[in-house]
Amino acid sequence: MSALERNAGEVIPELGRHQRPLLAAGALGLAVCAIGWVLEPAQFYQSYLMAYMLCLGVTLGCLALGMVHQLSGGAWGVVIRRPIGAASRVLPVMTVLFLPIVAGMQDLYVWTRPGVVAGDALLQHKQLYLNVPFFLARAGLYFIAWNVISHLLNKWGLEQDQTGDPQIARRMQRLSAGGLLVYGLTITFASFDWLMSIAPHWYSTIYGVIIIGGQGLSAIAFLIIVLEWLSRRPPLDTIIAKSHFHDLGNLLLAFVMLWAYFSFSQFLIIWAGNLPREIEWYVHRLQTSWMLLGGGLILFHFAVPLVLLLLRAMKREARLLVRLAVFMLLARLLDLYWLVAPDFHERGLALSWLDLALPLSLGTFWAGCFVYQLRRRPILPVHDPEFDEALGDILERGRRPSTAH
Amino acid sequence: MTPARSSLYGLMAEFEHPSDLVEAARAASSQGYRCLDAYSPFPIEELHEALGSPHTRLPLVVLLGGLVGCLGGYFLQYWVSVIAYPINVGGKPLHSWPAFIPVTFECTILGAALAAVLGMLALNGLPQPYHPVFNVPRFALASRDRFFLVIEAVDPRFDLEQTTGFLQSLHPREVMTVDD
Repeated sequence: MSALERNAGEVIPELGRHQRPLLAAGALGLAVCAIGWVLEPAQFYQSYLMAYMLCLGVTLGCLALGMVHQLSGGAWGVVIRRPIGAASRVLPVMTVLFLPIVAGMQDLYVWTRPGVVAGDALLQHKQLYLNVPFFLARAGLYFIAWNVISHLLNKWGLEQDQTGDPQIARRMQRLSAGGLLVYGLTITFASFDWLMSIAPHWYSTIYGVIIIGGQGLSAIAFLIIVLEWLSRRPPLDTIIAKSHFHDLGNLLLAFVMLWAYFSFSQFLIIWAGNLPREIEWYVHRLQTSWMLLGGGLILFHFAVPLVLLLLRAMKREARLLVRLAVFMLLARLLDLYWLVAPDFHERGLALSWLDLALPLSLGTFWAGCFVYQLRRRPILPVHDPEFDEALGDILERGRRPSTAH
Repeated sequence: MTPARSSLYGLMAEFEHPSDLVEAARAASSQGYRCLDAYSPFPIEELHEALGSPHTRLPLVVLLGGLVGCLGGYFLQYWVSVIAYPINVGGKPLHSWPAFIPVTFECTILGAALAAVLGMLALNGLPQPYHPVFNVPRFALASRDRFFLVIEAVDPRFDLEQTTGFLQSLHPREVMTVDD
Protein backbone atom coordinates (compact mmCIF):
# COMPACT_ATOMS: atom_id res chain seq x y z
CA MET A 1 0.00 0.00 0.00
CA SER A 2 1.50 3.30 -1.04
CA ALA A 3 1.94 6.21 1.33
CA LEU A 4 -0.92 8.01 -0.35
CA GLU A 5 -3.42 5.26 0.45
CA ARG A 6 -2.60 5.05 4.15
CA ASN A 7 -4.19 7.37 6.67
CA ALA A 8 -2.54 10.75 7.03
CA GLY A 9 -1.92 10.11 10.73
CA GLU A 10 0.40 7.18 9.90
CA VAL A 11 2.19 8.89 7.03
CA ILE A 12 2.64 12.27 8.72
CA PRO A 13 3.41 11.45 12.38
CA GLU A 14 3.81 15.15 13.19
CA LEU A 15 0.04 15.56 12.88
CA GLY A 16 -0.44 13.32 15.90
CA ARG A 17 2.11 15.26 17.92
CA HIS A 18 0.24 18.52 17.28
CA GLN A 19 -3.25 17.27 18.08
CA ARG A 20 -3.03 16.97 21.85
CA PRO A 21 -1.20 20.30 22.52
CA LEU A 22 -3.73 22.14 20.35
CA LEU A 23 -6.72 20.58 22.10
CA ALA A 24 -5.17 21.12 25.54
CA ALA A 25 -4.18 24.75 24.87
CA GLY A 26 -7.61 25.48 23.41
CA ALA A 27 -9.42 23.92 26.36
CA LEU A 28 -7.16 25.75 28.82
CA GLY A 29 -7.80 29.05 27.02
CA LEU A 30 -11.55 28.46 27.10
CA ALA A 31 -11.29 27.68 30.82
CA VAL A 32 -9.53 31.03 31.37
CA CYS A 33 -12.23 32.75 29.32
CA ALA A 34 -14.81 31.19 31.65
CA ILE A 35 -13.53 33.66 34.26
CA GLY A 36 -14.70 36.39 31.92
CA TRP A 37 -18.06 34.66 31.71
CA VAL A 38 -18.39 34.88 35.50
CA LEU A 39 -17.22 38.51 35.71
CA GLU A 40 -18.93 40.08 32.69
CA PRO A 41 -21.29 37.59 31.01
CA ALA A 42 -22.67 40.10 28.48
CA GLN A 43 -19.18 40.85 27.12
CA PHE A 44 -18.36 37.13 27.14
CA TYR A 45 -21.34 36.32 24.89
CA GLN A 46 -20.50 39.13 22.45
CA SER A 47 -16.91 37.97 22.07
CA TYR A 48 -18.00 34.35 21.94
CA LEU A 49 -20.44 35.07 19.10
CA MET A 50 -17.64 36.69 17.12
CA ALA A 51 -15.18 33.85 17.79
CA TYR A 52 -17.85 31.25 17.04
CA MET A 53 -18.77 32.85 13.71
CA LEU A 54 -15.09 32.87 12.70
CA CYS A 55 -14.68 29.13 13.41
CA LEU A 56 -18.06 28.31 11.88
CA GLY A 57 -17.04 30.36 8.85
CA VAL A 58 -13.99 28.16 8.23
CA THR A 59 -16.03 24.99 8.82
CA LEU A 60 -18.95 25.88 6.56
CA GLY A 61 -16.74 27.68 4.06
CA CYS A 62 -14.79 24.44 3.62
CA LEU A 63 -18.03 22.45 3.26
CA ALA A 64 -19.26 24.87 0.59
CA LEU A 65 -15.94 24.96 -1.28
CA GLY A 66 -15.95 21.16 -1.28
CA MET A 67 -19.38 21.19 -2.90
CA VAL A 68 -18.28 23.82 -5.43
CA HIS A 69 -15.34 21.62 -6.34
CA GLN A 70 -17.56 18.56 -6.78
CA LEU A 71 -19.40 20.53 -9.45
CA SER A 72 -16.55 22.52 -11.01
CA GLY A 73 -13.63 20.08 -10.79
CA GLY A 74 -10.04 21.28 -11.11
CA ALA A 75 -6.63 20.48 -9.67
CA TRP A 76 -6.95 23.20 -7.01
CA GLY A 77 -9.65 21.23 -5.23
CA VAL A 78 -8.09 17.78 -5.49
CA VAL A 79 -5.10 18.74 -3.35
CA ILE A 80 -7.24 20.36 -0.64
CA ARG A 81 -10.11 17.87 -0.71
CA ARG A 82 -8.98 16.09 2.46
CA PRO A 83 -8.41 19.23 4.58
CA ILE A 84 -11.84 20.35 3.34
CA GLY A 85 -13.39 17.08 4.49
CA ALA A 86 -11.61 17.20 7.85
CA ALA A 87 -12.79 20.77 8.48
CA SER A 88 -16.37 19.89 7.61
CA ARG A 89 -16.24 16.94 10.04
CA VAL A 90 -15.68 19.44 12.89
CA LEU A 91 -19.31 20.48 12.32
CA PRO A 92 -20.77 18.23 15.07
CA VAL A 93 -18.42 19.94 17.56
CA MET A 94 -19.51 23.34 16.23
CA THR A 95 -23.12 22.26 16.75
CA VAL A 96 -22.46 21.66 20.45
CA LEU A 97 -20.46 24.89 20.71
CA PHE A 98 -23.56 26.80 19.59
CA LEU A 99 -25.13 26.15 23.00
CA PRO A 100 -23.41 29.11 24.75
CA ILE A 101 -25.08 31.41 22.22
CA VAL A 102 -28.46 29.91 23.15
CA ALA A 103 -27.58 30.47 26.80
CA GLY A 104 -26.62 34.09 26.07
CA MET A 105 -29.66 35.00 23.97
CA GLN A 106 -30.99 37.42 26.60
CA ASP A 107 -27.69 39.31 26.56
CA LEU A 108 -27.16 39.22 22.81
CA TYR A 109 -30.58 39.90 21.35
CA VAL A 110 -32.78 42.68 22.75
CA TRP A 111 -35.84 41.26 20.99
CA THR A 112 -35.82 38.37 23.50
CA ARG A 113 -36.55 40.77 26.38
CA PRO A 114 -40.32 41.15 26.86
CA GLY A 115 -39.84 44.55 28.50
CA VAL A 116 -38.12 45.97 25.43
CA VAL A 117 -40.61 44.46 22.99
CA ALA A 118 -43.60 45.79 24.97
CA GLY A 119 -42.43 49.37 24.41
CA ASP A 120 -41.49 48.94 20.76
CA ALA A 121 -44.17 48.73 18.07
CA LEU A 122 -41.75 47.61 15.35
CA LEU A 123 -40.40 44.73 17.42
CA GLN A 124 -43.96 43.64 18.16
CA HIS A 125 -44.55 43.41 14.41
CA LYS A 126 -41.34 41.46 13.92
CA GLN A 127 -42.23 39.04 16.71
CA LEU A 128 -43.80 36.66 14.23
CA TYR A 129 -40.25 35.88 13.06
CA LEU A 130 -38.08 37.09 15.94
CA ASN A 131 -39.29 34.96 18.84
CA VAL A 132 -37.31 32.51 20.93
CA PRO A 133 -38.98 29.18 20.02
CA PHE A 134 -38.90 29.91 16.27
CA PHE A 135 -35.28 31.11 16.56
CA LEU A 136 -34.29 27.82 18.21
CA ALA A 137 -36.28 25.74 15.71
CA ARG A 138 -34.58 27.51 12.81
CA ALA A 139 -31.14 27.04 14.35
CA GLY A 140 -31.94 23.33 14.76
CA LEU A 141 -32.95 23.15 11.13
CA TYR A 142 -29.74 24.81 9.92
CA PHE A 143 -27.57 22.46 11.94
CA ILE A 144 -29.49 19.38 10.79
CA ALA A 145 -29.12 20.44 7.15
CA TRP A 146 -25.39 21.18 7.43
CA ASN A 147 -24.63 18.04 9.41
CA VAL A 148 -26.57 15.79 7.03
CA ILE A 149 -24.82 17.21 3.95
CA SER A 150 -21.40 17.01 5.59
CA HIS A 151 -22.04 13.50 6.92
CA LEU A 152 -23.16 12.13 3.55
CA LEU A 153 -20.33 13.74 1.56
CA ASN A 154 -17.74 12.45 4.03
CA LYS A 155 -19.31 8.99 4.16
CA TRP A 156 -19.36 8.70 0.37
CA GLY A 157 -15.82 10.06 0.22
CA LEU A 158 -14.72 7.22 2.48
CA GLU A 159 -16.56 4.67 0.30
CA GLN A 160 -14.83 6.15 -2.74
CA ASP A 161 -11.45 5.65 -1.05
CA GLN A 162 -12.21 2.03 -0.21
CA THR A 163 -13.95 0.82 -3.37
CA GLY A 164 -12.93 3.27 -6.11
CA ASP A 165 -16.45 2.97 -7.52
CA PRO A 166 -16.82 5.74 -10.14
CA GLN A 167 -20.59 5.95 -9.49
CA ILE A 168 -19.95 7.53 -6.08
CA ALA A 169 -18.55 10.72 -7.60
CA ARG A 170 -21.79 11.17 -9.55
CA ARG A 171 -23.80 10.79 -6.34
CA MET A 172 -21.62 13.35 -4.56
CA GLN A 173 -22.11 15.78 -7.42
CA ARG A 174 -25.88 15.51 -7.23
CA LEU A 175 -25.89 16.11 -3.49
CA SER A 176 -23.51 19.05 -3.90
CA ALA A 177 -25.79 20.78 -6.41
CA GLY A 178 -28.69 20.71 -3.99
CA GLY A 179 -26.41 21.17 -1.01
CA LEU A 180 -25.05 24.48 -2.29
CA LEU A 181 -28.60 25.76 -2.67
CA VAL A 182 -29.40 24.66 0.89
CA TYR A 183 -26.15 26.24 2.14
CA GLY A 184 -26.99 29.55 0.46
CA LEU A 185 -30.45 29.69 1.98
CA THR A 186 -29.56 28.45 5.46
CA ILE A 187 -26.53 30.68 5.89
CA THR A 188 -28.57 33.69 4.75
CA PHE A 189 -31.19 33.08 7.42
CA ALA A 190 -28.62 32.01 10.01
CA SER A 191 -26.75 35.29 9.54
CA PHE A 192 -30.04 37.21 9.80
CA ASP A 193 -30.84 35.36 13.04
CA TRP A 194 -27.47 35.27 14.75
CA LEU A 195 -25.80 38.49 13.60
CA MET A 196 -28.26 40.88 11.96
CA SER A 197 -30.89 40.56 14.71
CA ILE A 198 -28.39 42.08 17.17
CA ALA A 199 -29.78 45.35 15.75
CA PRO A 200 -33.37 44.16 15.33
CA HIS A 201 -34.72 47.34 13.73
CA TRP A 202 -32.22 47.26 10.95
CA TYR A 203 -32.21 45.01 7.91
CA SER A 204 -30.08 44.48 4.85
CA THR A 205 -30.99 41.87 2.26
CA ILE A 206 -27.39 41.48 1.07
CA TYR A 207 -26.20 40.64 4.60
CA GLY A 208 -26.28 36.87 4.09
CA VAL A 209 -24.20 37.09 0.95
CA ILE A 210 -21.56 39.18 2.75
CA ILE A 211 -21.31 36.37 5.30
CA ILE A 212 -21.07 33.75 2.53
CA GLY A 213 -18.23 35.69 0.88
CA GLY A 214 -16.51 36.00 4.24
CA GLN A 215 -16.85 32.28 4.94
CA GLY A 216 -15.38 31.41 1.54
CA LEU A 217 -12.49 33.76 2.23
CA SER A 218 -11.88 32.30 5.71
CA ALA A 219 -11.93 28.78 4.29
CA ILE A 220 -9.51 29.48 1.41
CA ALA A 221 -7.11 31.30 3.75
CA PHE A 222 -7.22 28.41 6.22
CA LEU A 223 -6.72 25.82 3.46
CA ILE A 224 -3.67 27.71 2.14
CA ILE A 225 -2.15 27.56 5.62
CA VAL A 226 -2.82 23.80 5.91
CA LEU A 227 -1.54 23.03 2.41
CA GLU A 228 1.63 25.05 2.99
CA TRP A 229 2.27 23.07 6.18
CA LEU A 230 1.65 19.76 4.39
CA SER A 231 3.77 20.73 1.37
CA ARG A 232 6.85 20.98 3.57
CA ARG A 233 6.60 17.34 4.67
CA PRO A 234 6.55 13.97 2.95
CA PRO A 235 4.62 12.65 1.10
CA LEU A 236 3.20 15.89 -0.32
CA ASP A 237 6.55 17.73 -0.56
CA THR A 238 7.16 16.15 -3.98
CA ILE A 239 3.56 16.56 -5.15
CA ILE A 240 2.33 20.03 -4.30
CA ALA A 241 3.46 22.40 -7.05
CA LYS A 242 3.69 26.16 -7.27
CA SER A 243 0.74 26.04 -9.65
CA HIS A 244 -1.50 24.69 -6.86
CA PHE A 245 -0.73 27.69 -4.69
CA HIS A 246 -1.19 29.95 -7.69
CA ASP A 247 -4.76 28.64 -8.09
CA LEU A 248 -5.54 29.04 -4.39
CA GLY A 249 -4.02 32.53 -4.43
CA ASN A 250 -6.30 33.47 -7.31
CA LEU A 251 -9.29 32.13 -5.38
CA LEU A 252 -8.21 34.14 -2.34
CA LEU A 253 -8.11 37.25 -4.52
CA ALA A 254 -11.56 36.42 -5.92
CA PHE A 255 -13.03 36.12 -2.42
CA VAL A 256 -11.35 39.33 -1.24
CA MET A 257 -12.97 41.16 -4.14
CA LEU A 258 -16.30 39.39 -3.65
CA TRP A 259 -16.41 40.42 0.01
CA ALA A 260 -15.50 44.01 -0.88
CA TYR A 261 -18.12 44.08 -3.61
CA PHE A 262 -20.90 42.84 -1.29
CA SER A 263 -19.89 45.04 1.63
CA PHE A 264 -19.63 48.14 -0.51
CA SER A 265 -22.94 47.38 -2.27
CA GLN A 266 -24.68 47.29 1.11
CA PHE A 267 -23.11 50.61 2.07
CA LEU A 268 -23.80 52.28 -1.28
CA ILE A 269 -27.48 51.34 -1.38
CA ILE A 270 -28.10 52.44 2.21
CA TRP A 271 -26.07 55.63 1.71
CA ALA A 272 -27.97 56.48 -1.48
CA GLY A 273 -31.39 55.79 0.07
CA ASN A 274 -30.50 57.70 3.23
CA LEU A 275 -33.54 56.43 5.17
CA PRO A 276 -33.47 56.78 8.98
CA ARG A 277 -34.27 53.12 9.64
CA GLU A 278 -31.56 51.86 7.29
CA ILE A 279 -28.73 54.26 8.14
CA GLU A 280 -28.91 53.67 11.90
CA TRP A 281 -26.54 50.71 11.52
CA TYR A 282 -23.91 52.95 9.93
CA VAL A 283 -24.41 56.07 12.06
CA HIS A 284 -22.60 54.84 15.17
CA ARG A 285 -20.15 52.90 13.03
CA LEU A 286 -19.07 55.90 10.96
CA GLN A 287 -19.57 58.84 13.32
CA THR A 288 -17.66 57.56 16.34
CA SER A 289 -14.20 56.06 16.77
CA TRP A 290 -15.57 52.86 15.19
CA MET A 291 -14.80 54.65 11.94
CA LEU A 292 -11.14 53.70 12.46
CA LEU A 293 -12.18 50.06 12.34
CA GLY A 294 -14.13 50.69 9.14
CA GLY A 295 -11.09 52.34 7.58
CA GLY A 296 -8.96 49.45 8.81
CA LEU A 297 -11.28 47.03 7.03
CA ILE A 298 -11.01 48.89 3.71
CA LEU A 299 -7.24 48.85 4.09
CA PHE A 300 -6.55 45.37 5.49
CA HIS A 301 -9.53 43.39 4.22
CA PHE A 302 -9.40 44.84 0.71
CA ALA A 303 -6.67 47.24 -0.44
CA VAL A 304 -3.55 45.52 0.94
CA PRO A 305 -4.50 41.94 -0.07
CA LEU A 306 -5.77 43.20 -3.45
CA VAL A 307 -2.47 44.84 -4.37
CA LEU A 308 -0.36 41.97 -3.00
CA LEU A 309 -2.41 39.29 -4.74
CA LEU A 310 -2.03 41.02 -8.09
CA LEU A 311 1.66 40.07 -7.92
CA ARG A 312 2.37 36.71 -9.51
CA ALA A 313 5.24 35.90 -7.13
CA MET A 314 2.93 36.43 -4.15
CA LYS A 315 0.64 33.64 -5.32
CA ARG A 316 3.34 31.18 -6.42
CA GLU A 317 5.67 31.43 -3.44
CA ALA A 318 3.99 29.37 -0.72
CA ARG A 319 5.99 31.07 2.03
CA LEU A 320 4.68 34.51 1.05
CA LEU A 321 1.15 33.35 0.36
CA VAL A 322 0.82 31.61 3.72
CA ARG A 323 1.70 34.84 5.54
CA LEU A 324 -1.00 36.68 3.66
CA ALA A 325 -3.43 33.84 4.48
CA VAL A 326 -2.77 34.23 8.21
CA PHE A 327 -3.22 37.97 7.79
CA MET A 328 -6.57 37.39 6.04
CA LEU A 329 -7.85 35.22 8.90
CA LEU A 330 -7.08 38.14 11.23
CA ALA A 331 -8.86 40.48 8.81
CA ARG A 332 -11.87 38.16 8.94
CA LEU A 333 -11.88 38.52 12.72
CA LEU A 334 -11.74 42.31 12.29
CA ASP A 335 -14.77 42.15 9.98
CA LEU A 336 -16.77 40.04 12.45
CA TYR A 337 -15.79 42.47 15.20
CA TRP A 338 -17.16 45.28 13.00
CA LEU A 339 -20.42 43.36 12.53
CA VAL A 340 -20.94 42.48 16.21
CA ALA A 341 -19.26 44.87 18.65
CA PRO A 342 -20.39 48.38 17.60
CA ASP A 343 -24.06 47.61 18.32
CA PHE A 344 -23.20 46.90 21.96
CA HIS A 345 -20.85 49.87 22.36
CA GLU A 346 -22.46 52.67 20.39
CA ARG A 347 -20.23 55.39 21.88
CA GLY A 348 -17.07 54.20 20.20
CA LEU A 349 -14.27 51.63 20.09
CA ALA A 350 -14.35 49.27 23.06
CA LEU A 351 -11.96 46.33 23.11
CA SER A 352 -12.22 43.67 25.80
CA TRP A 353 -9.53 41.08 26.53
CA LEU A 354 -12.19 38.49 25.68
CA ASP A 355 -12.34 39.81 22.08
CA LEU A 356 -8.80 38.48 21.68
CA ALA A 357 -8.73 35.57 24.12
CA LEU A 358 -11.92 33.87 22.91
CA PRO A 359 -11.12 33.74 19.17
CA LEU A 360 -7.62 32.52 20.03
CA SER A 361 -8.84 29.80 22.42
CA LEU A 362 -11.78 28.66 20.34
CA GLY A 363 -9.63 28.73 17.20
CA THR A 364 -6.92 26.62 18.84
CA PHE A 365 -9.48 24.12 20.10
CA TRP A 366 -11.05 24.00 16.64
CA ALA A 367 -7.62 23.39 15.08
CA GLY A 368 -7.11 20.45 17.46
CA CYS A 369 -10.41 18.92 16.34
CA PHE A 370 -9.40 19.53 12.72
CA VAL A 371 -6.07 17.73 13.13
CA TYR A 372 -7.87 14.83 14.81
CA GLN A 373 -10.14 14.54 11.76
CA LEU A 374 -7.35 15.05 9.22
CA ARG A 375 -5.37 12.09 10.60
CA ARG A 376 -8.22 9.67 9.99
CA ARG A 377 -8.21 9.65 6.19
CA PRO A 378 -5.58 9.42 3.44
CA ILE A 379 -4.12 12.81 2.59
CA LEU A 380 -5.21 12.72 -1.08
CA PRO A 381 -8.42 11.41 -2.68
CA VAL A 382 -6.70 8.84 -4.95
CA HIS A 383 -9.97 7.55 -6.43
CA ASP A 384 -11.37 10.94 -7.27
CA PRO A 385 -12.21 11.04 -11.01
CA GLU A 386 -10.19 14.26 -11.27
CA PHE A 387 -7.16 12.76 -9.56
CA ASP A 388 -5.30 11.54 -12.64
CA GLU A 389 -5.79 14.73 -14.54
CA ALA A 390 -4.72 16.83 -11.59
CA LEU A 391 -1.71 14.86 -10.38
CA GLY A 392 -1.13 12.10 -12.96
CA ASP A 393 1.84 13.87 -14.56
CA ILE A 394 3.55 14.08 -11.21
CA LEU A 395 2.73 10.66 -9.78
CA GLU A 396 2.62 8.25 -12.72
CA ARG A 397 4.92 9.72 -15.30
CA GLY A 398 7.35 10.76 -12.61
CA ARG A 399 7.59 14.31 -13.91
CA ARG A 400 8.94 16.46 -11.12
CA PRO A 401 6.81 19.54 -10.67
CA SER A 402 8.32 22.86 -9.74
CA THR A 403 7.47 22.20 -6.12
CA ALA A 404 6.43 24.88 -3.75
CA HIS A 405 9.59 24.69 -1.66
CA MET B 1 11.04 34.87 -59.68
CA THR B 2 13.34 33.39 -57.06
CA PRO B 3 14.86 35.63 -54.42
CA ALA B 4 18.38 36.73 -55.21
CA ARG B 5 19.75 35.46 -51.90
CA SER B 6 18.14 32.94 -49.64
CA SER B 7 19.36 33.40 -46.06
CA LEU B 8 18.76 31.08 -43.14
CA TYR B 9 16.13 32.01 -40.54
CA GLY B 10 16.78 29.06 -38.28
CA LEU B 11 16.28 25.37 -37.66
CA MET B 12 12.97 23.67 -36.97
CA ALA B 13 12.41 20.36 -35.21
CA GLU B 14 9.10 18.52 -35.42
CA PHE B 15 7.73 16.49 -32.49
CA GLU B 16 4.73 14.19 -32.22
CA HIS B 17 3.90 14.72 -28.55
CA PRO B 18 3.48 17.86 -26.47
CA SER B 19 5.63 16.41 -23.67
CA ASP B 20 8.50 15.88 -26.17
CA LEU B 21 8.25 19.52 -27.17
CA VAL B 22 8.39 20.65 -23.53
CA GLU B 23 11.43 18.42 -22.91
CA ALA B 24 13.13 19.74 -26.05
CA ALA B 25 12.42 23.35 -25.14
CA ARG B 26 13.78 22.75 -21.65
CA ALA B 27 16.94 21.10 -23.08
CA ALA B 28 17.47 23.92 -25.61
CA SER B 29 17.14 26.69 -23.05
CA SER B 30 19.42 24.87 -20.61
CA GLN B 31 21.98 24.59 -23.46
CA GLY B 32 22.00 28.38 -23.50
CA TYR B 33 19.84 29.01 -26.56
CA ARG B 34 17.79 32.16 -26.08
CA CYS B 35 16.30 33.00 -29.49
CA LEU B 36 13.90 30.09 -29.69
CA ASP B 37 10.19 29.62 -30.03
CA ALA B 38 7.76 26.73 -29.81
CA TYR B 39 4.56 26.09 -31.76
CA SER B 40 1.68 23.90 -30.68
CA PRO B 41 -1.95 23.46 -31.76
CA PHE B 42 -3.09 24.12 -28.18
CA PRO B 43 -1.71 25.97 -25.15
CA ILE B 44 0.78 23.98 -23.04
CA GLU B 45 1.08 25.39 -19.56
CA GLU B 46 4.68 24.39 -18.84
CA LEU B 47 6.01 25.53 -22.21
CA HIS B 48 6.48 29.16 -21.23
CA GLU B 49 8.68 28.20 -18.33
CA ALA B 50 10.51 25.52 -20.36
CA LEU B 51 11.46 28.04 -23.04
CA GLY B 52 13.10 30.18 -20.39
CA SER B 53 11.32 33.19 -21.87
CA PRO B 54 12.22 36.48 -20.27
CA HIS B 55 9.47 38.18 -18.29
CA THR B 56 6.90 39.94 -20.42
CA ARG B 57 6.11 43.60 -19.97
CA LEU B 58 2.39 42.92 -20.46
CA PRO B 59 1.51 43.10 -16.71
CA LEU B 60 2.88 46.65 -16.59
CA VAL B 61 0.87 47.61 -19.68
CA VAL B 62 -2.29 46.15 -18.08
CA LEU B 63 -1.60 47.99 -14.81
CA LEU B 64 -1.19 51.28 -16.64
CA GLY B 65 -4.38 50.64 -18.65
CA GLY B 66 -6.23 49.94 -15.40
CA LEU B 67 -4.93 53.11 -13.75
CA VAL B 68 -5.87 55.23 -16.76
CA GLY B 69 -9.37 53.69 -16.74
CA CYS B 70 -9.69 54.20 -12.98
CA LEU B 71 -8.66 57.87 -12.95
CA GLY B 72 -10.44 58.60 -16.23
CA GLY B 73 -13.69 57.07 -14.98
CA TYR B 74 -13.53 58.93 -11.69
CA PHE B 75 -12.73 62.33 -13.18
CA LEU B 76 -15.28 61.92 -15.94
CA GLN B 77 -17.94 61.64 -13.23
CA TYR B 78 -16.38 64.43 -11.20
CA TRP B 79 -16.33 66.71 -14.22
CA VAL B 80 -19.93 65.87 -15.17
CA SER B 81 -21.47 66.19 -11.70
CA VAL B 82 -19.39 69.01 -10.20
CA ILE B 83 -18.28 71.20 -13.11
CA ALA B 84 -20.30 70.63 -16.27
CA TYR B 85 -23.79 69.88 -14.93
CA PRO B 86 -24.01 70.45 -11.17
CA ILE B 87 -27.41 69.22 -9.98
CA ASN B 88 -28.66 68.67 -6.44
CA VAL B 89 -29.65 65.02 -5.91
CA GLY B 90 -31.33 64.31 -2.57
CA GLY B 91 -29.36 67.09 -0.86
CA LYS B 92 -26.11 65.18 -1.28
CA PRO B 93 -22.85 67.02 -2.00
CA LEU B 94 -22.00 67.40 -5.67
CA HIS B 95 -18.82 65.43 -5.15
CA SER B 96 -20.45 62.26 -3.74
CA TRP B 97 -17.63 59.78 -4.08
CA PRO B 98 -19.50 56.62 -3.00
CA ALA B 99 -21.78 56.97 -6.01
CA PHE B 100 -18.74 57.22 -8.30
CA ILE B 101 -17.16 53.94 -7.17
CA PRO B 102 -19.10 51.44 -9.35
CA VAL B 103 -18.43 53.33 -12.60
CA THR B 104 -14.80 53.90 -11.57
CA PHE B 105 -14.45 50.15 -10.96
CA GLU B 106 -15.99 49.26 -14.32
CA CYS B 107 -13.75 51.75 -16.14
CA THR B 108 -10.72 50.25 -14.40
CA ILE B 109 -11.66 46.81 -15.70
CA LEU B 110 -12.37 48.21 -19.18
CA GLY B 111 -9.02 50.02 -19.33
CA ALA B 112 -7.13 46.98 -18.06
CA ALA B 113 -8.91 44.58 -20.45
CA LEU B 114 -8.35 46.79 -23.49
CA ALA B 115 -4.71 47.28 -22.52
CA ALA B 116 -4.35 43.50 -22.13
CA VAL B 117 -5.71 42.68 -25.59
CA LEU B 118 -4.07 45.54 -27.49
CA GLY B 119 -0.83 45.28 -25.50
CA MET B 120 -0.66 41.53 -26.18
CA LEU B 121 -1.08 42.14 -29.92
CA ALA B 122 1.50 44.94 -29.94
CA LEU B 123 4.12 43.05 -27.90
CA ASN B 124 3.65 39.96 -30.08
CA GLY B 125 4.20 42.10 -33.18
CA LEU B 126 0.75 41.25 -34.54
CA PRO B 127 -0.72 41.50 -37.10
CA GLN B 128 2.24 40.06 -38.99
CA PRO B 129 1.58 39.30 -42.67
CA TYR B 130 4.85 37.38 -43.19
CA HIS B 131 6.73 34.96 -40.99
CA PRO B 132 9.56 32.70 -42.23
CA VAL B 133 8.32 29.57 -40.41
CA PHE B 134 5.55 29.22 -43.00
CA ASN B 135 8.22 28.59 -45.64
CA VAL B 136 8.40 25.06 -44.24
CA PRO B 137 5.47 23.16 -45.82
CA ARG B 138 5.08 20.76 -42.87
CA PHE B 139 4.59 23.71 -40.50
CA ALA B 140 0.89 23.70 -41.52
CA LEU B 141 0.58 20.75 -39.12
CA ALA B 142 1.31 23.11 -36.20
CA SER B 143 -2.39 23.92 -36.17
CA ARG B 144 -3.33 20.22 -36.28
CA ASP B 145 -1.36 17.57 -34.40
CA ARG B 146 2.35 18.36 -34.53
CA PHE B 147 4.63 20.34 -32.24
CA PHE B 148 7.54 22.45 -33.46
CA LEU B 149 10.62 23.95 -31.86
CA VAL B 150 12.51 26.65 -33.75
CA ILE B 151 16.00 27.93 -32.90
CA GLU B 152 16.72 31.15 -34.74
CA ALA B 153 19.97 31.74 -36.59
CA VAL B 154 20.46 35.07 -34.82
CA ASP B 155 21.02 33.24 -31.53
CA PRO B 156 24.66 33.82 -30.48
CA ARG B 157 25.10 30.12 -29.81
CA PHE B 158 23.68 29.15 -33.21
CA ASP B 159 25.95 27.05 -35.42
CA LEU B 160 24.35 25.21 -38.34
CA GLU B 161 26.13 21.91 -37.77
CA GLN B 162 26.24 21.91 -33.99
CA THR B 163 22.64 23.06 -33.58
CA THR B 164 21.43 20.51 -36.13
CA GLY B 165 23.25 17.81 -34.17
CA PHE B 166 21.78 19.07 -30.92
CA LEU B 167 18.23 19.06 -32.29
CA GLN B 168 18.76 15.55 -33.72
CA SER B 169 19.79 14.37 -30.26
CA LEU B 170 16.32 15.31 -28.95
CA HIS B 171 14.76 12.56 -31.13
CA PRO B 172 12.48 14.72 -33.24
CA ARG B 173 10.55 13.30 -36.17
CA GLU B 174 12.57 15.52 -38.48
CA VAL B 175 14.86 18.58 -38.39
CA MET B 176 14.30 21.14 -41.15
CA THR B 177 16.00 24.36 -42.16
CA VAL B 178 13.86 27.48 -42.27
CA ASP B 179 14.62 29.98 -45.05
CA ASP B 180 14.19 33.64 -44.35
